[in-house]
Amino acid sequence: MADTNVEDTPPADDGHPVLRITGLNKSFGPVHVLHDVDFALRRGEVMALVGDNGAGKSTLIKCVAGIHPVDTGRIEFEGREVRVTGPRDAAALGIEVVYQDLALADNLDIVQNMFLGRERRRGIVLDEHSMEEAARETLARLSVRTVKSVRQQVASLSGGQRQTVAIAKAALWESKVVILDEPTAALGVQQTRQVLDLVRRLADTGHAVGLISHNLNDVFEVADRVTALYLGRVAAEVRTADVTTSQVVELITAGRSGDLGLAPHTAAENI
Amino acid sequence: MSTNIPEGKEAAVKLADSDFAADRREHDVRAAVGDYWSRVRSGDLGAVPAILGLAGLVVLFTALRPETFLSTGNIANLSTQALPVTILAMGLVFVLLLGEIDLSAGVASGVCAAVMAKLMVDAGQPWYVAVITAIGVGIVIGTAIGWLVSVVRIPSFVVTLALFLGLQGITLRLIGDGGTVPVRDDVIVALANKNMPVWLGWTLAVLCAAGYAATQLWRWRRQRERGLVGRPLVLVAGQVAVIAAALLVATYVLSLDRAPSPLIVISGIPWGVPLVGVLLIICTFVLGRTPYGRHVYAVGGNAEAARRAGINVTRIRMSVFMIASTFAALSGIAAASRLNSITPDAGGGTTLLLGVGAAVIGGTSLFGGKGKARDAVLGGLVIATIDNGLGLLGAKAYANFLITGGVLLFAASIDALARRRRAATGR
Repeated sequence: MADTNVEDTPPADDGHPVLRITGLNKSFGPVHVLHDVDFALRRGEVMALVGDNGAGKSTLIKCVAGIHPVDTGRIEFEGREVRVTGPRDAAALGIEVVYQDLALADNLDIVQNMFLGRERRRGIVLDEHSMEEAARETLARLSVRTVKSVRQQVASLSGGQRQTVAIAKAALWESKVVILDEPTAALGVQQTRQVLDLVRRLADTGHAVGLISHNLNDVFEVADRVTALYLGRVAAEVRTADVTTSQVVELITAGRSGDLGLAPHTAAENI
Repeated sequence: MSTNIPEGKEAAVKLADSDFAADRREHDVRAAVGDYWSRVRSGDLGAVPAILGLAGLVVLFTALRPETFLSTGNIANLSTQALPVTILAMGLVFVLLLGEIDLSAGVASGVCAAVMAKLMVDAGQPWYVAVITAIGVGIVIGTAIGWLVSVVRIPSFVVTLALFLGLQGITLRLIGDGGTVPVRDDVIVALANKNMPVWLGWTLAVLCAAGYAATQLWRWRRQRERGLVGRPLVLVAGQVAVIAAALLVATYVLSLDRAPSPLIVISGIPWGVPLVGVLLIICTFVLGRTPYGRHVYAVGGNAEAARRAGINVTRIRMSVFMIASTFAALSGIAAASRLNSITPDAGGGTTLLLGVGAAVIGGTSLFGGKGKARDAVLGGLVIATIDNGLGLLGAKAYANFLITGGVLLFAASIDALARRRRAATGR
């Protein structure tokens, strides 16, 4: 497995991650949710973030997206330390998060949704033409062909198509980092395949992609690396090529697997 | 399992590249009609029910009252009858687009009209000072509602129900129990009772028709040049032709002499009609072509999505109530002009319900996210036609209430069913 997977992996950006988080701690009141978490996203790579319910995946993503302030820890973006204090900061840096509920307005069409809140205008008038062109360009770049027309109302789209629109929306903004929260959670087999393609293509077009998923098949299909969280700690960051599904399952459920993962006493103290 | 992982990746890419139809840009007539039909089937009825309803009512009342209903005098009367309800409904469209409701818009129109009348009659102010003050009062009322709804977070139903009662008290205090304030100012009275010179009416009608045709065709050409999604030329031209024809025929009818006696001449478009026209153009532009309008639709469709997209939902929510109350003020002025007086129950009774009804009959959804400014005009015409026709039939007041209530309920049912249909087909 190791030799075949290397070919699929685009060259890592000379080892410098686009987004690097080191020593992140986050508590909600007395509950210490994240312990010294290190997490990095590299250009052209899909990094899966796995962990059981309550392991801290969503909290970590919300810290990156600026929804939760961090207690301690360092967030570096392209080598510079940054402070992300709100969703706007994250968007300004080029970090886009696609949440599970997608947040699309059903009564608007695809173009209108992709540009929502950041409409192009000429004077006080919307520049529909240039928005439609840019939306179509982005969809074409991501080889999205599932939609009949970019002027279709989002209400008429299937679950997979909606996910596609949400992801394309994230890719529209010269974004460098795209983080996807359970993008295949509610999808059928074919639609899951389409969305996973899109995730892969997002990485191949030079984005750094973070993928939160419960589905290890999906993870092994598209991800280059996996970060496993166990009770708020990073159990391990491994390349998918170097591990098996059962090892990742052990990392998720026990915090360690063989010589991978947390030291035995650290893993045990949390139980 | 370790060996099939790379294969899975490759297969996935191939599937996505080959499996789907490409984006369709230039629609031919067949495809456009097909699209329209599928929209109707999925519950997006647009202006169809209102136009059919209007046509049905015209046929019905013409059959029942052949001499009077379609007489030029009655048509002119109908157009001024529709003024207050149409203006009120146009403001309410903004509130309804967010899925909110403003139950106080009717009585707000009464308060604003009372303020205007008192300023002119008691304080002797000129009409423009009175009108500007009345509009100012409308803005203040709207700001208060908007603040209570969007910042304090009281449901709009409760806030405006409270104001529905409270504002009636203000009107009563201003006018006095059982009192009436006459409105005699020439300009205000002219709004619903005087007509434009015939030549001016024709000029405006032709300019409007030409302007509409020019913007529609220009947009079609631009879309085609840049390879964007557009409608076939036949449909664009057809729509332009129908609207232009309606405009010119209405102008022609209103330009005929409708004086009951041969000694005088009464002709021309009532002054209130161009006022509604201007408001319609402004609202259509704001809702359809500006970022603000886009954000109103977005908040109505999915407020959480709008918030995450960086739209200031609080500000949008506040603004729609301000717009509704401002339009209510204009509606109150139009009503005062029509009745030549203000009574303590101005804007009370059925005013608000008819306004909401007009918007809903026109095609605006009570559930938010769907609606247009033109819905108010179509619905306002339907409401005014019912009122007018029942008047000609000499229907008793009780029948009038029953029938208008029934029509409202019918329109709301269509809206609710269409929404269910949308939910069923929209996945």
